[in-house]
Amino acid sequence: MTYEAVIGLEVHVQLKTETKLFCGCRNEFGAEPNSHLCPVCLGLPGALPVPNEEAVIQTILTGLMLGSTIPPRAKFDRKNYFYPDMPKNYQISQYDQPLCLGGGVTLPVLSFPKDAQKEAQALANKKVRLVRIHLEEDVGKSFHLESCSGIDFNRAGTPLMEIVTEADLTTPEEAFALLTTLREILRYGKVSDVDMEKGQLRCDVNISVRLAGTEAFGTKREIKNLNSISAVRRSLKHEIQSQIELVSSGGAVVQQTLRWDDARGETIPMRTKEQAHDYRYFPDPDLLPIYTEGRLREEAARRVPELPEEKKSRLAETYGLSEYQASVLASGPPLADYFEQAARSSRNPVAVANLTLNDYLALRQDSPEPVSVPPEYLGELADLVSDGRLNSRQGREVLAILIQTPRPPKEIARERGLAQISDTQALEAFCREAISASPKSVADYKAGKAAAINALKGFVMKKTRGQANPQRIHELLELLLREP
Amino acid sequence: MSFAFSTIRELRKQLLAKEVHPTELIESLLDQISSVDPKVKAYIHLHPERALEAAKKADISLPLGGVPIAVKDLISVRGEPCTCASRILEGYIAPYDATVIERLRSAGAILLGRTNMDEFAMGSSTENSAWGMTHNPWDLSRVPGGSSGGSAAAVAAHEAIAALGSDTGGSIRQPAAFCGCVGLKPTYGRVSRYGLTAFASSLDQIGPLTKTVADAALLLESIAGADPRDNTCDPEPAPSFSAKLGEEIRGMTLGIPKEYFVSGIDPEVEAATKQAISHLEGLGATLREISLPHTAYSVASYYLVATAEASANLARFDGMRYGRRAKDCDDLLETYGRTREEGFGREVKRRILLGTYALSCGYYDAYYLRAQKVRMRIRQDFLAAFRHCQAIVTPTSPTPAFRLGERAEDPLQMYLADIFTIAVNLAGLCAISLPCGFTQSGLPIGLQIIGPMRQEETILQVGHAYEQSTDWHTLRPSLS
Ligand SMILES: [Zn+2]
Repeated sequence: MTYEAVIGLEVHVQLKTETKLFCGCRNEFGAEPNSHLCPVCLGLPGALPVPNEEAVIQTILTGLMLGSTIPPRAKFDRKNYFYPDMPKNYQISQYDQPLCLGGGVTLPVLSFPKDAQKEAQALANKKVRLVRIHLEEDVGKSFHLESCSGIDFNRAGTPLMEIVTEADLTTPEEAFALLTTLREILRYGKVSDVDMEKGQLRCDVNISVRLAGTEAFGTKREIKNLNSISAVRRSLKHEIQSQIELVSSGGAVVQQTLRWDDARGETIPMRTKEQAHDYRYFPDPDLLPIYTEGRLREEAARRVPELPEEKKSRLAETYGLSEYQASVLASGPPLADYFEQAARSSRNPVAVANLTLNDYLALRQDSPEPVSVPPEYLGELADLVSDGRLNSRQGREVLAILIQTPRPPKEIARERGLAQISDTQALEAFCREAISASPKSVADYKAGKAAAINALKGFVMKKTRGQANPQRIHELLELLLREP
Repeated sequence: MSFAFSTIRELRKQLLAKEVHPTELIESLLDQISSVDPKVKAYIHLHPERALEAAKKADISLPLGGVPIAVKDLISVRGEPCTCASRILEGYIAPYDATVIERLRSAGAILLGRTNMDEFAMGSSTENSAWGMTHNPWDLSRVPGGSSGGSAAAVAAHEAIAALGSDTGGSIRQPAAFCGCVGLKPTYGRVSRYGLTAFASSLDQIGPLTKTVADAALLLESIAGADPRDNTCDPEPAPSFSAKLGEEIRGMTLGIPKEYFVSGIDPEVEAATKQAISHLEGLGATLREISLPHTAYSVASYYLVATAEASANLARFDGMRYGRRAKDCDDLLETYGRTREEGFGREVKRRILLGTYALSCGYYDAYYLRAQKVRMRIRQDFLAAFRHCQAIVTPTSPTPAFRLGERAEDPLQMYLADIFTIAVNLAGLCAISLPCGFTQSGLPIGLQIIGPMRQEETILQVGHAYEQSTDWHTLRPSLS
């Protein structure tokens, strides 16, 4: 008997706004504890929330990017439970009228973990449906000190967007792919940096297993508060395995809320007290309903960018790139924009792509300081290489200098005496010299050892200090050696 | 002579004419307070030095320049306690000014002290205060009404020229009626709630308690108007509420709801109200019987909506960030439990439980949702009625002030004290209560005039016309 898993995700994403969701305090990570506070986000008696329109627009924008429906009317509700890091002991969230309904995410091959990209699941181009996207306030952060606990309320009241998927996922790799894809789209829309280190993406997962091919759902368990994409994959793998073992040995899964211990690689049940909640949702009487039609929706629509998948196919088509090249270049809008600017100032976009992906990114990564080369210089350099005026080694050399001090690449090549010798007459003289200087190699070649030509090429390269066009030398040598 | 017995308008004239200095005014009031407050107990905090300091620097040219105002203890004033008459807020010092306080300050008013109330505004008698009861100045053995009983008693006993209260189901109007002063509940959204400790957010409004209708208009003008810090505040600028004062009411149609004159109403209250209505007719108004068919359900609807909202609003009082925390607790749950057990009074606990229940899984539809539907019906009743009249006239309370302790053990009887005022909050309307007579035993009786949303000018106009042609408002309690 084979089992399959049924997985649904609730993805919490911190929005990139200047200020918190309901007050004017700054939304900033890493500030001095309790330095971004006011009566509103501290829940003082009499303080009232006022919605941050920017957060509403970013949520609608996310919905538009993910193909959701934006209902004309949304509202905020109070979710009631006591927790020390939640100042009002209720959280302002959205219950039955969220900002976005439905939508979906298609999982591209390259969004899967590298080790799974050749599997059928990665090649399926699966579409995962969304249930909804809503906006809510985040809570503070508890710290357990030696003899007491402390709470930092800087995060309390910052805008948090929750994206809820249907239980359409069946493997940990699909969950991984979904989160990678979402992360890329959210960054494209500039709604979040999705920085895991800063807790900008947190995830709850629901998992159940059932016999493959059956319809009915098994009893689900929930793993709460996973804070990295890889932890989602690892915890799902573990949980699916343990549920299958349980069920196949005749046991039954009990509904449960779990925590993931990444270090030990296992799930731990949370205390029952933490699980049983009646949140007593009701409409927040402090906040008016949000009417999305008109200005809010229009502003969100205006900001919808070209999405990653669209960008990939356009780059591939417009510039004649491979799917892989297009994907890597489209992994972030700044890189794609850079490439396109460089490509526009060049006659050979594929050469620009090669130079960018093979050399520029590596050089940039190795540099301790953030560096950039003006895109038109990169385009020019790509032309020098593709026209045969520099060979690829020389191209890299120029680029390394270009990164230090941006100047026209031609100038650098001239100063350094870098120029590929492609002139047939000049090269022919070097080649003849090589032939007369290496009779043994010539004899070997004529005897059928084709590789013997390499020694002759090496001679020419040495004589020209590496500036000869290797392709041309090869052609010339072959021609000359065939001479009677 | 004492200036304590003056109205805002009288004082403003005298201040502008330099017949009195704000410092003398504060001193007069402090004298009055020290002579009568030991009996009335209207104030719970007084700031004589701060008030005298402010009086020295008062700018008389401002609309309320030099006028002292008392403030109910649930409105946030920077640097002052704001206990809401609850132990749970013991030790809390508000770090910010409510919008109404900012506006009072910029209108030149002087803040004199904080008045007693029912804990978190939950009550109709000011008996539910952690700091002791307030007494009715007209009969010290009786309640001043509530929850703004301290504000009403202070004004009635001339310990304040005027005061701010808050009204969730009648908490300004009912104590005004019991104490024989004027109390106005503005239209929902007219006055910013920023800085008003919430009891029931969809019903709460801050409003004035004053000696005359004209003073109520003046005080409302200073505190009303759009506020970006309150999402539910009306974005329209507030009009001049005094504009129609003095205009006659001839030709105006006044609605008399038949459901408000039924059994259970005190005969003296009924007689005084009817007489007041005839008096208005005598001033040229046309009377018209109207029907508000869902009146009978207003108390039930109110106690579900208000307690549901309160159950969430009061959740923040847990001793974690401010206020009083129970000592020697072993864990978090015990800290929550004991802090709230020790910090809240009985009535507050009763309402938190009621509201929590009304919102609970499985009961939400039957209670909270249904109450909201009834609320819509009540609102529609008024909309329909206002097609035939410009204002509605009713008694403010079915009885005059009752004895201290009389209803303390009977919450239902207590809840019925608000039977004529509650519907106004549910429908978001404005209403005013003003004196319209006394019982044989000398207790004040209040007349309620209800207006459509944003029609404060109309009810002020009617109230002023009535007041200026009667002299109930000129009588003073003997305080013996
Ligand atoms: Zn804040």
